[in-house]
Amino acid sequence: MTKLIMTVNGKKVSRDVPDETLLSEFLRESLRLTGTHVGCDTTQCGACVVHVNGTAVKSCSVLAVSLNGESVTTIEGLADGGQLHPMQKAFNDNHGLQCGFCTPGMIMASVDLVAKAKAAGRKLSEDDIRHGLEGNICRCTGYHNIVKAVAQAASEM
Amino acid sequence: MYPTKYHKPAAVDAAVKALNSGDDAKFLAGGQTLLATMKQHLASPSDLVDVRGLGLSGIKKAGGVVSVGATTVHAAVASSADVHPALAKLAAGIGDPMVRNMGTIGGSIANNDPAADYPAGVLGMGATVVTNRRQIAADDYFEGLFTTALEEDEIITAVAFPQVERAGYAKFKQPASRFCLVGVFVSKSASGVRVAVTGAGSDGVFRHKGLEAALAKSWTPAAVDSVEVSEDGLLSDIHGDTAYRANLIKVLAKRAVAAS
Ligand SMILES: Cc1cc2nc3c(=O)[nH]c(=O)nc-3n(C[C@H](O)[C@H](O)[C@H](O)COP(=O)(O)OP(=O)(O)OC[C@H]3O[C@@H](n4cnc5c(N)ncnc54)[C@H](O)[C@@H]3O)c2cc1C
Ligand code: FES
Ligand code: FES
Repeated sequence: MTKLIMTVNGKKVSRDVPDETLLSEFLRESLRLTGTHVGCDTTQCGACVVHVNGTAVKSCSVLAVSLNGESVTTIEGLADGGQLHPMQKAFNDNHGLQCGFCTPGMIMASVDLVAKAKAAGRKLSEDDIRHGLEGNICRCTGYHNIVKAVAQAASEM
Repeated sequence: MYPTKYHKPAAVDAAVKALNSGDDAKFLAGGQTLLATMKQHLASPSDLVDVRGLGLSGIKKAGGVVSVGATTVHAAVASSADVHPALAKLAAGIGDPMVRNMGTIGGSIANNDPAADYPAGVLGMGATVVTNRRQIAADDYFEGLFTTALEEDEIITAVAFPQVERAGYAKFKQPASRFCLVGVFVSKSASGVRVAVTGAGSDGVFRHKGLEAALAKSWTPAAVDSVEVSEDGLLSDIHGDTAYRANLIKVLAKRAVAAS
């Protein structure tokens, strides 16, 4: 057991957790933030992607206790009050989801992809977006509308 | 996952001590391999000693040698202007962005997966693996499948890459796992030509003497044509048999030279 203190979506949280707890388990089971999905639990599908200090990681493959003192953002923390994040709005505008299971991870990975490209002064091509989402699997959409959504958000973020 | 005890020491000595005080303790870096192994119950360490608090991240260039700290993540190597572009390209092709944000060079070469990318880069550049105890030449470091010269409680602190005149890397991805079906790293320097092959050897990464001799005579893709690549000792699985991999070694060696 370790006393874990973390900032999640801007709020300080503190819980006693077993050391083997995964970040995905901590978010979903201790904090009840069930927007972070667990698809494969083997680091393949990307449904569980969240940001640690602004960088996208697969939360099923990180120990929660290894992030003592760090800052985590989940899909629940992206909107600004009632105002959707441009990436969320773009997925909605472009019908970038069907069942929605992959969507939280897709959005979190895409936000980091666009932010990193912006920081480096690079414009994302369609190819860059497809490669940038290699770690996120969608079984419904065929990806076309996801790529369109990310391109739209990239022009707005 | 079975219960485990997590430690995050701030000094190498404390990390070694923590490792030796557990029944079956293991070092943890990015966790991109070890945590999956623990979930599958293929490993159940009593203790995990995180090496990410030891100050071993970062890339330093001094006197032509580029030293990459053991806990430097793949994404940092991929975007570094200090490492050789062939090495940056290798790092940029590992897994996916999230894996590259967590996975480390030290974890990759400590694990020594036969289909991993870094073993080809480290052996192909003739790099030196630096640990808390000694310096190990790449030629002496990789010992076989998931096997290295490291002792149980030895910590990789950095990998030192020497300056080379030319270097190139080409990888044929296994599309589902994104690991190498085959990967070939080539380099040319004052100390000679090196060709390291990953993904293909049933004993893990290896140097190909025939390709090295041909490229030492002529550093051109065409020089690869005349080389005989034997199927002996190559891997065969549902993704490709030995003949397929032997052919890929030649194709990728050409591409690696062309990219250099
Ligand atoms: C979906 C996916 C795709 C991937 N694709 C690729 C790919 O295409 N190519 C590729 O090469 N790899 C790939 N990987 C593996 C990835 O590169 C991992 O980063 C790497 O294998 C392990 O690094 P890590 O830092 O996560 O180590 P960990 O998982 O934390 O540790 C791995 C092993 O190394 C030991 N260790 C870690 N650091 C040290 C140290 N400093 N000194 C001594 N021992 C140490 C640990 O004890 C453990 O045994 C992929 C992984 C995933 C999940
Ligand atoms: S649940 Fe984490 S990658 Fe699939
Ligand atoms: S929308 Fe169903 S998995 Fe992507």
